[in-house]
Amino acid sequence: MRFEVALTILCMAAATYFTRVASPLLLGRTGVPRWMTRLLKHVPTAMLAALIAPALLAPQGYLQVGLGNHYLLAGAVAAFMAWRRQPPAVTMGSGMVVMLILRMGGLGL
Amino acid sequence: MIMVANVAEFRAGVRDTLPLMLGVFPFGLAYGIFAQSVGLTPAETIFMSLTVFAGAAQFISLPMFAAGAGLVMISLTALLINLRHLLMGASLVPYMEKLSLPWKAFLCFGMADETYAVTISRAQATGYSRDYHFGCNATGYVTWAVSTVLGVVLGSHISDPLAWGLDFAMPATFLALLIPRLTDRTSMAVCLVAAVVSVAAALLIPGKWYIIVACLTAVAVGAWMEGEKVDAV
Repeated sequence: MRFEVALTILCMAAATYFTRVASPLLLGRTGVPRWMTRLLKHVPTAMLAALIAPALLAPQGYLQVGLGNHYLLAGAVAAFMAWRRQPPAVTMGSGMVVMLILRMGGLGL
Repeated sequence: MIMVANVAEFRAGVRDTLPLMLGVFPFGLAYGIFAQSVGLTPAETIFMSLTVFAGAAQFISLPMFAAGAGLVMISLTALLINLRHLLMGASLVPYMEKLSLPWKAFLCFGMADETYAVTISRAQATGYSRDYHFGCNATGYVTWAVSTVLGVVLGSHISDPLAWGLDFAMPATFLALLIPRLTDRTSMAVCLVAAVVSVAAALLIPGKWYIIVACLTAVAVGAWMEGEKVDAV
């Protein structure tokens, strides 16, 4: 392991750990005000939607709404399964299968 | 000091996190493979997964290492990409308040998109459990480490695992977590706003800022809608 690379990695680790530990340690002492609790309640939903939407609607870095977008089609199938209260494995499995079929079709296999 | 008191809760955390690791594993593999291609040694590649434990930041560092970027530039980028952890951590505060300092410090290290989502969903549904949280984190950490090592080993054999459509595993994982949360008008509005803003911001703003921008906007809309509801009553 090269010294500068190891040092850079350790600094990355420190920066990342800071983002993880800052809120629970600093806010822990003072407690979270009520208006903030109201905001924070929605963080998981907002975070998940913000991670999913660009991955499905703009997988190549530009907006793709149509049948040519395999991510969107497979995502729609997975979302439908989740909405019908199927377990996570079924939701993910069905999406993956659709994705694989579309990929293979696209490659002409 | 750090010991599991309730093995059943720990196991439940592992069990609920495992299905999501289907989405993490290909990324660990890909990271291991790409890191070799930009010239990191196997030891450096694995060292980064064990200490940083953050997929997006690790991926983005690779082209920077390749381009000879410096320590400050690379660490600052990692800091910016991971700023979303501040929001995630803040939403865990009410649940983690009673933990001892070593436990807080320890459990925070394992915070990642997937382990956080499983932990908070369970906490909001049936209550928070420290050992459950630990089980989620341990599963995520071990998966990331093992998939990185495997990626390093496979490095010369597979050229691009993401070309197989395996990158779809990530959004599929998150969909399985998101859809069950959409139980009322407010949560649907939060989801819709986050989706629209994140796509627009992803197209307009470079880097991973779109996550924070979309999250803050959607969360504000959710809080505002709930305020209206309270005022109406």
